[in-house]
Amino acid sequence: MDSQENHHILSYTKLGFILGLLLVLTGITVAVSYVDIGFFNVPLALGIACTKVTFVLLYFMHLKYEGPIVNLSFIGTISFLIIMIGFTFWDVAFR
Amino acid sequence: MNKRIDKTGIKIGMWLFLYSEIILFGGLFVLYAAYFYKYPEFFSEGGKELNRVIGTVNTIVLLVSSFTVAASITAIQRKAKKQAVLFLIFSILCGVVFLVNKYFEWGAKFHHDIYPNSETLNSGEVGLNIFFGLYYIITGLHGLHVIIGMILLSISLVFVLAGKVNESRFSMLENSGLYWHLVDLIWIFVFPLFYLVL
Repeated sequence: MDSQENHHILSYTKLGFILGLLLVLTGITVAVSYVDIGFFNVPLALGIACTKVTFVLLYFMHLKYEGPIVNLSFIGTISFLIIMIGFTFWDVAFR
Repeated sequence: MNKRIDKTGIKIGMWLFLYSEIILFGGLFVLYAAYFYKYPEFFSEGGKELNRVIGTVNTIVLLVSSFTVAASITAIQRKAKKQAVLFLIFSILCGVVFLVNKYFEWGAKFHHDIYPNSETLNSGEVGLNIFFGLYYIITGLHGLHVIIGMILLSISLVFVLAGKVNESRFSMLENSGLYWHLVDLIWIFVFPLFYLVL
């Protein structure tokens, strides 16, 4: 048994669907940026960006089909990133 | 003779490198967040100076190229070498388009005397100077990554043509693809942070 054989192949249709979704989300961010909704502009723009990034990571970068080592180490990195950005910003904002 | 190739190991190595890249750009985004909090009105003023159309076009170009890189990996796994080659050439061309747009964008800014240490920025508001400083360092570093990504994709293209990258051995292409997607990921954040701040 060779575990390397079961490499998941993504179909063009699926990849194309993800691309379509990403383009739609891009359209939404651009459209929303013209509307002033005060404080919520930045969180909304970042929320859409995070959604887009999730799709790129899961499908284009294949994270959905990776083993636990890549998945866990990725989550670890993101946790450190959140600590770095979150705590620094916390310090700046409530100084 | 029967040399085993540790595909998982090769991939983990690439991901470890990508983690360091994520933290590198993460550090720059921390700077952005802190200064955005301090000078929100100047960041919004600076953001309006940037060309949204070019920003949007570049976003689309990178997303499409990410798709074609992923598609080229699908093609190589399906033994469709010709398709893989075409997808890769298209992706590299997308990189060229991105850089050409960037060239015109930066060129227009330089023309308006907006560049690091320029007279307008130095004598103007501090917040604006910081915004454009961050703009140049982050998009500049990102642009460098686009160039490196294009080089990696070109090497993969040569390997595909030479048959060294094929349906049973495509880690080189896969890892170049991962790098290219990372470039796309970073741009997905750069675009709203710089071009769309209200």
